[in-house]
Amino acid sequence: MKPPLPDIEKPPACCRGGLFSSFLPLALFGLLCFAWPRVANGDIFAVQWPWVPSLDLDLAFRLDGLGLLFGLIITMTGFFVCLYASSYMAGHQHLGRFFLYLHGFMLAMLGIVLSDNLLLLFVFWEATTLLSFLLIGFDHEKKTARENARQALLITGGGGLFLLMGILLLKTCGAGMTMSLLADSGDLIRSHALYPAVFICILVGAMTKSAQVPFHFWLPNAMTAPTPISAFLHAATMVKAGIYLLMRFHPVLGGTSLWMGTLVVIGGATALWGAVQALAPCDLKRILAYTTLMALGILTLFLGGKNVLSLTAAATFLMVHALYKAALFLAVGSIDHQTGTRDLAHLGGLLKQMPLTALAVAAATMSMAGFPLFFGFIGKEIMYEGALAEEMFPAFATGATLISNALMTAVAAIILITPFLQKPPQNMQAVQEAPWTMRLGPAVMGTVGIIFGIIPEWVSANLVQPAVFSIHPDRADIRLAFFHGINLPLFLSILTLALGSLIYRYRILLRHGVETFVQRSWITTPELYQRALDGFLSLAGGFTKKIQNGSLHFYLFVTIFTMVAAVGWPWICHFPAALVLPEIVGPHIAFGLFAFILASTGVVVTARKRLSAIGGLAGVGSGVALIFLVFGAPDIALTQLLVETLTVIFVSLVLLRLPPMDTVTKRPYSRTIKDAGLSLGAGLVLTTVLMGVLQVPLDRTLTAFFENHAYIAAHGRNIVNVILVDFRSLDTLGEICVVVLAAWAAVTLIRRHKEG
Amino acid sequence: MQSVILKTATHLMVGLMLVFAVYVLLRGHHEPGGGFSAALLAGTAFALFAITEGADQVRRAIRIRPATMAMTGLAMAMAAGLPALFTGTPFLTGIWWHGNGFSVGTPLIFDMGVFLAVLGAILSILLALEEN
Repeated sequence: MKPPLPDIEKPPACCRGGLFSSFLPLALFGLLCFAWPRVANGDIFAVQWPWVPSLDLDLAFRLDGLGLLFGLIITMTGFFVCLYASSYMAGHQHLGRFFLYLHGFMLAMLGIVLSDNLLLLFVFWEATTLLSFLLIGFDHEKKTARENARQALLITGGGGLFLLMGILLLKTCGAGMTMSLLADSGDLIRSHALYPAVFICILVGAMTKSAQVPFHFWLPNAMTAPTPISAFLHAATMVKAGIYLLMRFHPVLGGTSLWMGTLVVIGGATALWGAVQALAPCDLKRILAYTTLMALGILTLFLGGKNVLSLTAAATFLMVHALYKAALFLAVGSIDHQTGTRDLAHLGGLLKQMPLTALAVAAATMSMAGFPLFFGFIGKEIMYEGALAEEMFPAFATGATLISNALMTAVAAIILITPFLQKPPQNMQAVQEAPWTMRLGPAVMGTVGIIFGIIPEWVSANLVQPAVFSIHPDRADIRLAFFHGINLPLFLSILTLALGSLIYRYRILLRHGVETFVQRSWITTPELYQRALDGFLSLAGGFTKKIQNGSLHFYLFVTIFTMVAAVGWPWICHFPAALVLPEIVGPHIAFGLFAFILASTGVVVTARKRLSAIGGLAGVGSGVALIFLVFGAPDIALTQLLVETLTVIFVSLVLLRLPPMDTVTKRPYSRTIKDAGLSLGAGLVLTTVLMGVLQVPLDRTLTAFFENHAYIAAHGRNIVNVILVDFRSLDTLGEICVVVLAAWAAVTLIRRHKEG
Repeated sequence: MQSVILKTATHLMVGLMLVFAVYVLLRGHHEPGGGFSAALLAGTAFALFAITEGADQVRRAIRIRPATMAMTGLAMAMAAGLPALFTGTPFLTGIWWHGNGFSVGTPLIFDMGVFLAVLGAILSILLALEEN
């Protein structure tokens, strides 16, 4: 995918608005740094405002060690991504929109990791889902972008609904909505009969967001987004939201064999599947996407542990991964931006042309492969310690970690060696180094990866331990260290590097193997997703064709039939013992009016010309208006008469344009009978219902109230109008909104018909 | 429509009907009438005008677009509810000023809003139908 180019010849190197927009994440990062020392000492910052108290929904925010760790990652990556995008996206026509979405996403992400109320967390969770939909589909003119955005939305959005269910089930279990107090009721929840349901709902929410097998396939597809977005959403932040959720719920739901077994198995499967698939693609971004799957799987696997060691491994690897993955994504984007391709087959020899980017990539990939002196090495050591300490399936966990780490080492070598050191393909043109805005992020993150690798004790005390302590009751002192002594983890680290180089040696053979395996697999979840989506769409299409077939006659028939059935059925069920014909009182002229209405109806039904049918219709309407007048309701009579007049005008404007009635093909006889039956049924139901109503005495409470209050409270003598504009004015406001909207719709339809 | 009788009668009637519509609007609080009826009346007058003189003449006569009229009406009706908020009463509560021998209140503004909204809606459909 080429970066979007504007029409002008040379795009600007960098847009100032983008530079400006990177101040917000930088300021937030600074703010978090300001709070950092106190949080590292165990202090907690919390604020709370009521929002919807009736739903237990408060604007409650809380900054503890875990929130700080995530917050620092989010704002730091956010800053570099904004800076990077100011060059990468320069000249794009929707820059404002881009930065709006990006900032919105970052704030929503911060909202997730800082909110202390479960429902508030859900609100932010959904916000990230929606914003990621907009960001993945940012190049909305491309079909694949739209489809992949929809896929991500359906999967993560569906998972969000599970999360909501889980939260509501938690409430049923007797837990409050305040997250920091949830851990106190952990024992109660774990022993509750609903615990498995809560666990599954929360787990599905986390699995969809963090792309765990079998919901993993949206993540590689989401790579259609512009690279800064992929770096931000799909490497460092959004996909980590599920991990964050599992971390937060660890003290509440964790520790049971259900939790441990499920997480270890799912995490291990995701890690292996992601790592194996990372070998296959030629597209650099897709490779990175699969390695992200591996990382997410490993994180889930470690969260399956109950002990501090596993959690420390998760928190450490979270940082390791965020640092090297964001750097690599941005660097790959730079390669793409400068050369115009991300395809490994068309790249090579970039070391001389892009030396600074090459250096950053080297630092990041070394950390990814886990060489000593890099932060990745520290991460790998603690990973093996954590895997060996797992309560459930430690052998599987260690094996999965070992194999996926070895594969990561090989993939790191591919990413570093192929584009930078390999001999360039013949047709490759000379390229320039990326601008500084695009180099700064990878360079800084790569450097931090080295610094953290040299001072692991500091990282451990200031970042990892505060995070782990906020989700684990045991304050076991586990420190990251450069050298742990000669033990099993060290041996496994060496084995990883050896295996990795072996895999790199036979990578082409393995690539073919993976490709054939993927092709031959019996049924994959992406296919299942596609089938379900197609089925759903064709079902909806068929349904729409049935009920929106364009025949006005059909619509009216269904509407009236529904009304008759809905009123008639309960009426028959509760039919009174006897129906008495009410005593008819009133002036004799009323009888004349009834006869007039009846005659007009006859004219409408039997008319052979449209004009006479319209005339009959007008007769019915004015007859009804006159009846209102005769029985003492002048206001309604006036309105009815005016409505009738206008209706007649409108109906004639429309109907007189149609071809004359006698030229239209006659309706079949059976249809006439059906219509007549329905009309008579409607008349019968309404008449008998009215007779039933008249048998009970009329309740005049409301009438009396309005008669007494209309003038005193509302200074009006016309009760009907006073009700409309004063007592029930909110209803009237709603009604005129409907009138205006309906007119709008009608005008649109008329115009479209005329243009078409 | 080419008819001298209709044309002459329309020219006389339209003005009268519009004045009557304003009268119906204003008397509505005490006697039969009100914003909705008045809008129907005015709408009928314009319909008559449109049938004899064509939609363009109606557009010229009303000066503003029907959609603008409808939206102004909605805005007026909503604005009529705002003063109540300053007195601490619920939205749309009637607020009255009692002058020398007569009273004016926010319900009147509300009713005028109803009038404009309904008339705007009628006119937009009418003009869309009449235009060819």
